[in-house]
Amino acid sequence: MGAATAERGQVIARARAGRQARSLAVIAVLAVLLFVTFCVSLSLGDFKIPVIDVVKTLFGAGDKATEFIVNRLRLPRALTGILVGVALGMSGAIFQSVARNPLASPDIIGVTYGASAFAVFAIITLGLTGTAVSALAIAGALLTAFIMYLLAWRRGVSSYRLILVGIGIGAIATSLTSYLLTKARVEVAQQALIWLTGSLNGRDWANVRSLAITLVVLTPAMILLVNRLRILQLGDETAYGLGLRVEWARLGLIVVAVLLAAIATAAAGPIAFVAFVAPPIARWLTRSPGPALIASALIGALVIALSDLIAQHALGDTQLPVGVVTGVVGAPYLMFLLARTNRVGSGG
Amino acid sequence: METRVDHSLSAENLAVGYDQREIIHDLSVRIPTGKITVIVGANACGKSTLLKTLARLLKPTKGTVLLDGRSIQSIPTREVALKLGLLPQSPTAPEGITVADLVGRGRYPRQGWIRQWTKGDDEAIADAMTSTDVLEIADRPIDELSGGQRQRVWIAMALAQETDILLLDEPTTFLDLTHQFEVLDLLVDLNKRDERTIVLVLHDLNQACRFGDHLIAMKDGAIVCEGNPSEVITEQVVQDVFGLAVKVVPDPVAGTPMVVPIGRHTTRTDQVIPDNPAAENPAARALAASAAANGTCRPTDR
Repeated sequence: MGAATAERGQVIARARAGRQARSLAVIAVLAVLLFVTFCVSLSLGDFKIPVIDVVKTLFGAGDKATEFIVNRLRLPRALTGILVGVALGMSGAIFQSVARNPLASPDIIGVTYGASAFAVFAIITLGLTGTAVSALAIAGALLTAFIMYLLAWRRGVSSYRLILVGIGIGAIATSLTSYLLTKARVEVAQQALIWLTGSLNGRDWANVRSLAITLVVLTPAMILLVNRLRILQLGDETAYGLGLRVEWARLGLIVVAVLLAAIATAAAGPIAFVAFVAPPIARWLTRSPGPALIASALIGALVIALSDLIAQHALGDTQLPVGVVTGVVGAPYLMFLLARTNRVGSGG
Repeated sequence: METRVDHSLSAENLAVGYDQREIIHDLSVRIPTGKITVIVGANACGKSTLLKTLARLLKPTKGTVLLDGRSIQSIPTREVALKLGLLPQSPTAPEGITVADLVGRGRYPRQGWIRQWTKGDDEAIADAMTSTDVLEIADRPIDELSGGQRQRVWIAMALAQETDILLLDEPTTFLDLTHQFEVLDLLVDLNKRDERTIVLVLHDLNQACRFGDHLIAMKDGAIVCEGNPSEVITEQVVQDVFGLAVKVVPDPVAGTPMVVPIGRHTTRTDQVIPDNPAAENPAARALAASAAANGTCRPTDR
């Protein structure tokens, strides 16, 4: 009996090891791909630097000139892109798992639209720039999420209501943004529009620092919450039955996901569709039913790094904001998802 | 296995409702320990509400549910989860989750703040999967399984929680007849082997009589009658609870009460009368009656 039980226990341990091995392999490959893309993006520009010299410089063995170009000029932008991607990927993964719905990402439900409306208000009406715009964008995201949560609350928050309310609030925020844009002078409106597309142009170490600090601060909370998220995914009643304090866990997860989306949006504007497409790709690659948080973060970073590479260098002298490229990639996936949902008739 | 502490579950003067509508008004009940209790009743009679209240999913507006003599609302929910497991009516699994992964999540209340797998966890999971006969399909995604297999996996998840009390809300509703009996037989095994206290809501009265040691018949949020099946399932009680005229005869297979509904269209004109009435199989008759009884109380109240 004892030996047989132990042997059966091994079956379970092996099954788990198999699942983890796949995730770890995917994460390793993604990390390598990301590093390569990162180095390539640092090597390209008006003054081309061989990739090998970029790597040397990153590890502190480059000459003065490359060091200046890489560390001073290009690194902040590239790092901002990666950290924004990490934050968006994780935010989307948490939202989609909490709501048990692939449509529930911060850029589909209203969070980033709320941030945008506030940022545009800051740029156009208050005439602010830089950090002040970022701060108001964060405030906008938090306020939107708070209103969304309150309106969706009825003896607990159901994911379906959260998504519908979120889409509604997103629409209100978008029309506010449009209203502000039509009232603005053309030059100011143009500045606001660039922000609205999502761009990494001119990002400096201050952006990198605030993103990195927020991510580090949120990490312990995420480690604690992700375990609860796996239980929450089984549905509210099962989760209660397993002893999870469902409403607290969900609130905590939403707060973390909103903060992640908010800092990313504050740093680079509402870069479209990254939070939306990264988690499904991560889940598909890892074959994971769970949030696949780390893989989603890496895919988010990779999507932004690649998109920015294309936006900066693919069209010769014309440089696009990164959000244009992610939009072109993400929109077809949204259509595919909606079409598939319709056909299956599951309503998402 | 460690010595089992006898757990007790009871409710005193419960009143429960959703929003403004009160479903249960003043209900007291004691769940017999180590037995299988089946709650029966017509749609919207409050049987699922009672089960959910016993499982602390719903908070009573009046009265208390007592687990081991303490108010269940005052016990930390994680501690409750060590004693009482729950299988809801239609649990949802994340897409692509494998059998072993899902069953493993039943260990949540027994693990620390950060998930750490011990040998004890793995063995408990393996045990749960062995008794529900799903160890062979440990690596299969559950979307690929049949309804019966899937329900066994969910039961395995609740078993991995290692609780002495197990509550199940209509565990057979979406299953065909074979799988219904498979699940109910499994529950009897679990009850017999570990003296687990099991409470379930069922729609089929004949199955309730077969598998329940103790029946609770509910109507309009109150208990009409409780006791062993032959005390509870009488023509009078069924007429009162379901508003349906029935004949109660002994089940030809188990000897427990069997309900044969009368209904309005009792005699069929197109019926072929067999040449030799003795050849008619009593078991086939029982099945037909069971199916008919099932049809009269379709589970649509959710």
